[in-house]
Amino acid sequence: MQPVTLTVNGWVRTVVVRGSETLLDVLREQMGLTGAKPGCENGDCGACTVLVDGVPQKACLLLAAMAADCRVTTVEGLPRTQLQAAFIRCNAFQCGYCTPGFLVNAHALLACVAHPSERQTQEWLESNICRCTSYEEICEAVRTAADARDNGVAGEDEMPG
Amino acid sequence: MAGEGRSRWPADGANGQVTQRRTGEDRDGFQVRSGRIGRSVMRKDAEEKVTGRAEYTADVSAWGMLHAALLASPYAHARIVSIDTQRAITMPGVRAVVTGADYPQRTGLPIADRPLLAVDVVRYAGEPVALVVADELYQAEAALRQLDVVYHPLPALTSPREAFAPEAVRLHPDLAAYDVQPGEEVWPVPGTNIATHVRIRKGQPESVWSTCDAVVTCDVSFPQAHHAPMETHCVIASVAPDGCVNLVTATQSPYSVPEAIARTFGFRPSDVRVRTPLVGGAFGGKSSVYLEPLAVAATLAVGGRPVKLRCTREQEMRSMPCHIGLEARIRLGARADGRFVAVEITDWFDGGGYSDRGVIVTRAAAQDCTGPYRIDHVHCDAYCMYTNHPPTTSYRGFGHPEQTLVMERAIDLLAEQLRMDPLELRRRNAVRPGDTTPTQARLMRSSVGDVEGCLTRLRSLLPWDGPPVEDRDGEVIAKGISCFWKTSSTPPDASSGALVYVNEDSTVTLLSGLVEIGQGTKTTLAQMVAEVLGLAVEQVRVVMEVDTAEQPEHWKTVASRGSLLAGNAAVRAARDARAQLAATAAVVFQCRPEDVCISNGYAGCPYTSRRIPIGQLSRGYTFPDGHTVGGFVVGRGSYTIERVTLLDPATGRGVPGPEWTVAAQGVVVAFRPRDYTYRVLRAVTVVDVGRVISPNLAEGQLKGGMSMGLSLGSREGYVYGATGSVDNNQLRVYPIHRYGDQPEYRVAFLETPNADAPWGLRGLGEHGVIGMPAALANALSNALGQPVNSMPMTPELLWRLHTGAEVNDR
Ligand code: FES
Ligand code: FES
Repeated sequence: MQPVTLTVNGWVRTVVVRGSETLLDVLREQMGLTGAKPGCENGDCGACTVLVDGVPQKACLLLAAMAADCRVTTVEGLPRTQLQAAFIRCNAFQCGYCTPGFLVNAHALLACVAHPSERQTQEWLESNICRCTSYEEICEAVRTAADARDNGVAGEDEMPG
Repeated sequence: MAGEGRSRWPADGANGQVTQRRTGEDRDGFQVRSGRIGRSVMRKDAEEKVTGRAEYTADVSAWGMLHAALLASPYAHARIVSIDTQRAITMPGVRAVVTGADYPQRTGLPIADRPLLAVDVVRYAGEPVALVVADELYQAEAALRQLDVVYHPLPALTSPREAFAPEAVRLHPDLAAYDVQPGEEVWPVPGTNIATHVRIRKGQPESVWSTCDAVVTCDVSFPQAHHAPMETHCVIASVAPDGCVNLVTATQSPYSVPEAIARTFGFRPSDVRVRTPLVGGAFGGKSSVYLEPLAVAATLAVGGRPVKLRCTREQEMRSMPCHIGLEARIRLGARADGRFVAVEITDWFDGGGYSDRGVIVTRAAAQDCTGPYRIDHVHCDAYCMYTNHPPTTSYRGFGHPEQTLVMERAIDLLAEQLRMDPLELRRRNAVRPGDTTPTQARLMRSSVGDVEGCLTRLRSLLPWDGPPVEDRDGEVIAKGISCFWKTSSTPPDASSGALVYVNEDSTVTLLSGLVEIGQGTKTTLAQMVAEVLGLAVEQVRVVMEVDTAEQPEHWKTVASRGSLLAGNAAVRAARDARAQLAATAAVVFQCRPEDVCISNGYAGCPYTSRRIPIGQLSRGYTFPDGHTVGGFVVGRGSYTIERVTLLDPATGRGVPGPEWTVAAQGVVVAFRPRDYTYRVLRAVTVVDVGRVISPNLAEGQLKGGMSMGLSLGSREGYVYGATGSVDNNQLRVYPIHRYGDQPEYRVAFLETPNADAPWGLRGLGEHGVIGMPAALANALSNALGQPVNSMPMTPELLWRLHTGAEVNDR
């Protein structure tokens, strides 16, 4: 057991972890941040995706101790932008279990790539699995969010009615 | 989206003016009054789902909660020589170790054929053998490795036809002694490996084969597969000081859990309380009561303290009931003009080591075995076989994707033999009102949709014109179609209840036991209630979580029956609330209750301009002097399925479900003969849904289903290792559709109303899946120029078929 100081969603907190404990488990069980989900705990599904220093990472494959000194962002800490609104408008989720992972990943994509092409979007998002939707809806949502940003539509706290 | 035939229900005036209609069970009350029906609305669970705040079972924890881990059998079939728990029990943090010796009783619905934890013998690799409960999960998992179990491996039955052979070893020698849930239609055959034998006998096929001008025979097969919801099974169980069992569980059937727990442990069903938060995908895989009894055993071992038991993905794929496998043979005969004469089908389903819902899936496949075609002579034997594979349960489509593949392959082969257009052949044989189903249920316009209409629309949408195969730059562009129907296999007493409360702020709250598994039905229910009460959908709250102690029962969230059962209940509850409000308002207005109109959150009447917010009527109405009339408004509604009867065990005669949703599907593939790879370019569904309530939700269900069906058909299936275990039990090697695999999707709706359902709707939640594997198989058969009759249709399979390399040698 060792103390580790984590910075998650801007919140600095020291937790005591076992060396083998994953970031996913610590976020969910010690910090009450259950947005990142366990889907496979093997790096295959992306449901656990979080940002580590702005880069999407699978929290099930990271040891909590490795995330010390990094900025971790979970779905709970994402700013409300056009992305969430577009996910709702485009029906880009059903059960919602994969959604935190897709949102975090797509958020990073839009932050890192100005105008993501179809191909780039696929390269980023094919690491996540959604069993409920057809992916067409997610594709549409990401495109809608990218377009809205390009058109300078203010996004903070905007949700469709 | 197409909306043919929608004009049946006239829209009301645009001003939202609502005329009070008769209250009660009036069928014609399902009229569009203000346009909330047939319009896309925002999901009620949208905000929580895009913020990471939505709560699923795995997110729930309790003070003092312990963790359980499951030890699974590595062998598909073995005798347990000994289990030594000594070392495990002394491991740090360990509170209890539970084995089959602690629970000799059997569990399982409808046939109680499995021990809670293996006793003496294991019948599939992945079968739960022991449970360890510890303070922390890692401690429980460490202790599992200290359990000493000695197995004596036995030869395994690895295919349903092998299990059917007279000389096959009997996996359940005590089959005759097993309890069968009363009222369930299962017919086990003691002394064999047959968990159920469903017989369908209609007409006299033997006497008409000689009159056929063309007869085809084909064999169809596929292995078991994984449902792959992103959320694995998870249960938290505890026992309260008063002896009540509390469960939080990710299930489609919260109301089935109490009975199963009661039967297994000797509680009263009413002593078991089940909570189900949002469910992270289910697809039928969460309709069985499988993990819950294990969690109850775990909590009982530690004095009732809360214990969490969650499957890893690997366990989900090895230990939990899966999609059923099949080996089938079909013989289909027709006259020269294409009219089907007779069909003979034998299905050997791979039901696995324990039968679970697999026996009911088998019945469902048999009862609708012909697909939506008129065939006067039908002979079908469907067997659910015990094998040494994982147990099986419902899967989206419930026997229909499986049976559709069998029938639709035969039809394409027949079309080839008759040199007839496959779509035209289907059109010519399409069922119509007045025809009967294989179980001799007479169809009416209300009970079956428009098959011909679906095919006609598919012809233009796919499009199905010109030849089904075309060479283009080294690729073969090929098309394939399928047509199907589905009814539910609902017990004749399947019921649903609903409550509507009117709040003081003039909003309303709906309680229904339906589980939100992603399908969005609770949002649809809110639309229905809003429509009846003349409210905006935003003014209707729906409680998402189900608690069996608080919400009225909803049979099960399966079989695309939510919007019929819970929909009727919700509509009736809303009407009941409206009647109560109207009665109170009538006293205030000094008019007749039927003159009161309720809309936009107000009650009014034609004789006064005064309007009263419904919130002010919700606890009775209090006059300025304090004098109060009327009472607290609780709208109650319930619905029990109608017209369903049991099947005759000898002939299958009976009415298995209230109505048949029909659809036609098609795919276009680009096949590369060079390396046998292919891409699906387009997938189309035309489905007669009776009435579209929420276009966005309906389209999402269809497209998601198509994605699942294409994934299942093209790449999914369990690969069993030498010891009979599922070897591809990780999503890394079980390659379901990912982002980028999607073709272009096209969905169109026809609307032939079903008189029993709110606004004429029909079930649609499963239908995207059903004909996809068959359409894909037909397209690939066209592309390859030879029959593709098994799943998964991987490039490897196509290569093997084409080059003659052994297909079944893996
Ligand atoms: S849970 Fe981390 S990738 Fe699946
Ligand atoms: S919405 Fe259910 S897995 Fe994506």
